[in-house]
Amino acid sequence: MIATESLSKRYPRVTALDRLSVDINPGVTGLVGANGAGKSTLIKILLGLSPATEGSARVLGLDVATQGAEIRERVGYMPEHDCLPPDVSATEFVVHMARMSGLPPTAARERTADTLRHVGLYEERYRPMGGYSTGMKQRVKLAQALVHDPKLVLLDEPTNGLDPVGRDEMLGLIRRVHTDFGISVLVTSHLLGELERTCDHVVVIDGGTLLRSSSTDEFTQATGSLAVEVTDTDACPDGTGALLAALDGAGLTTRPAGRTADGSAVSGRVLLVDVVDERTYDIVRDAVAGLGIGLVRMEQRRHRIAELFRDDDAPAPHPAAPGTPGAPGAPAQAPAWGAGWQQKQKKSDKRAQQNGGSVDAA
Amino acid sequence: MPPETTTAPGRGHRSQDVIHNIGYRDYSGPRLGRAYARRSLFSQSLRGAYGLGRSAKSKVLPMTLFGVMCLPAAIVVAVAVTTKMNRLPMEYTRYAIYLQAVIGLYLAAQAPQSVSRDLRFKTVPLYFSRPIERVDYVVAKFAAMASALFVLTATPLLVLYVGALLAKLDFAEQTKGFGQGLVSVTLLSLLFAGIGLVVAALTPRRGFGVAGVIAVLTIPYGAVTTVQGIALASDNPSLVSWLGLFSPITLVDGVQTAFLGATSAFPETHGPGTGAGVVYLAVLLGVIAGSYGLLMSRYRKAGL
Repeated sequence: MIATESLSKRYPRVTALDRLSVDINPGVTGLVGANGAGKSTLIKILLGLSPATEGSARVLGLDVATQGAEIRERVGYMPEHDCLPPDVSATEFVVHMARMSGLPPTAARERTADTLRHVGLYEERYRPMGGYSTGMKQRVKLAQALVHDPKLVLLDEPTNGLDPVGRDEMLGLIRRVHTDFGISVLVTSHLLGELERTCDHVVVIDGGTLLRSSSTDEFTQATGSLAVEVTDTDACPDGTGALLAALDGAGLTTRPAGRTADGSAVSGRVLLVDVVDERTYDIVRDAVAGLGIGLVRMEQRRHRIAELFRDDDAPAPHPAAPGTPGAPGAPAQAPAWGAGWQQKQKKSDKRAQQNGGSVDAA
Repeated sequence: MPPETTTAPGRGHRSQDVIHNIGYRDYSGPRLGRAYARRSLFSQSLRGAYGLGRSAKSKVLPMTLFGVMCLPAAIVVAVAVTTKMNRLPMEYTRYAIYLQAVIGLYLAAQAPQSVSRDLRFKTVPLYFSRPIERVDYVVAKFAAMASALFVLTATPLLVLYVGALLAKLDFAEQTKGFGQGLVSVTLLSLLFAGIGLVVAALTPRRGFGVAGVIAVLTIPYGAVTTVQGIALASDNPSLVSWLGLFSPITLVDGVQTAFLGATSAFPETHGPGTGAGVVYLAVLLGVIAGSYGLLMSRYRKAGL
């Protein structure tokens, strides 16, 4: 779908993209990066609107430097900012945009009706857009990007300004754009939790360079872990510590939860247990029963994309939850990006913002 | 259902008696490309200049001005026909000069509507994410504004011409006058469209655009007329004919006086002769080309 080859874009003062080489396959791909990481610059270059300083890029097999118009005919673009004139109706606006993409008048009208229905706008599409809610406006913006049946859509922050429900609906819609409509999607966001739920593949750029590009499964499913919280009893005044020792004895890799992936502190009473196989659950259950302590919860927890932002350059054991006794399980065994709990407080605060309002994965 | 819209294979079934199909349908019909997109933008902008395809409220002003523009022509024709005059009481070329205030008002209202809105609501990046390029956008907007002005200024001339023929005035003479009038309003439309769009494209605020266009049209005209009056009073008629270079409407007046057989509206009809007329024409074409150039550079940075 998209292939860039040491793509660079330098402005007089800043380098927006620095030798970025990335391959993006059909499917839903998330493009993650902080503000100013070069996401918008990349989109501009991919649409053939801004020449790259060096390197090359191909979209749908077309060269961005020479075949910009052909690319733009086959690609849809949903900008981040508001772009809807308030005094025309959604129907008229989308019809016009369809014609601007080269659709003949009848086809433009027909596809507009179809597309608006698919994004969930019904009777209100005949009203001027000035009176629309943010959610409806986002739908119109998505519709104008889809109306000419592109092979690929570039969505720039499609969930911006939406409430949680609207956000879920938009994410579901984006997922459907690929599964039901067969259109590949490149979606940018700085909210990792969102991309985790929507994308097949995630590309992370930072400061114009590629940080990581791999499938969402690899990010999130390679290591499941189990959050276990227990009570204390008279016989066992430090239930958590006792369980930790017991599980270590049973050969499981455990550690205090410390901080959750999004950086918020959790109780020092929660233990994270790496799930090896089905037996792990039984071992935990038996250990808890053996100690005679109460089990408050046992929760499946995935590793999350947010953790990839955590550097693994903090090798010194530095448990973030000092209240918990007992050394954590061997950090060396943990996957590099799963070792985030160790990392410096300062960094995790900074990165925490990246993950915005995402909630714990169940 | 046109044949180009086909059901995507494997997604959703369509049978004759099912009206609503929830499944997504691919589009495999023609994609008409850049030239078609440019034409679409042109026709949308031209229609928009008369409020067509927009809310009822936005039709009021352009349609009213269009009516005001045609009304005097209708009166002139009615008078000519009923009193059996042997010539029209108004020259074709003079009509737009008389009604310049109406034309100016129309331009001030519609030029910002055409370009400031796209800037203000950031629709411009959407256009540039489509096959068209900057030059297509500028050409389409320019052509649409000029065409809208041409419709506004040429329709009353047509009314006059038809009326003159109904009044059985001399066909050859009337056709010649009508032709000269059309050339004159074409130049006027291009000039005014260029100036109006350049001023309007400077600001995303519609109000500033309106005020700017009115200022650019009226202040130079006022200044030129005043200085012409002074030059005339100090017995310097040749200066009068040169001063007309400095305001849009007097520029058009000068060109049509020199080449299109018009009677100048300058004080005591001291219009430019053929020699000065060449300068007038050069300046007029230069301003049109300059506005085009300015618009092109204006949109260099207005992309995504």
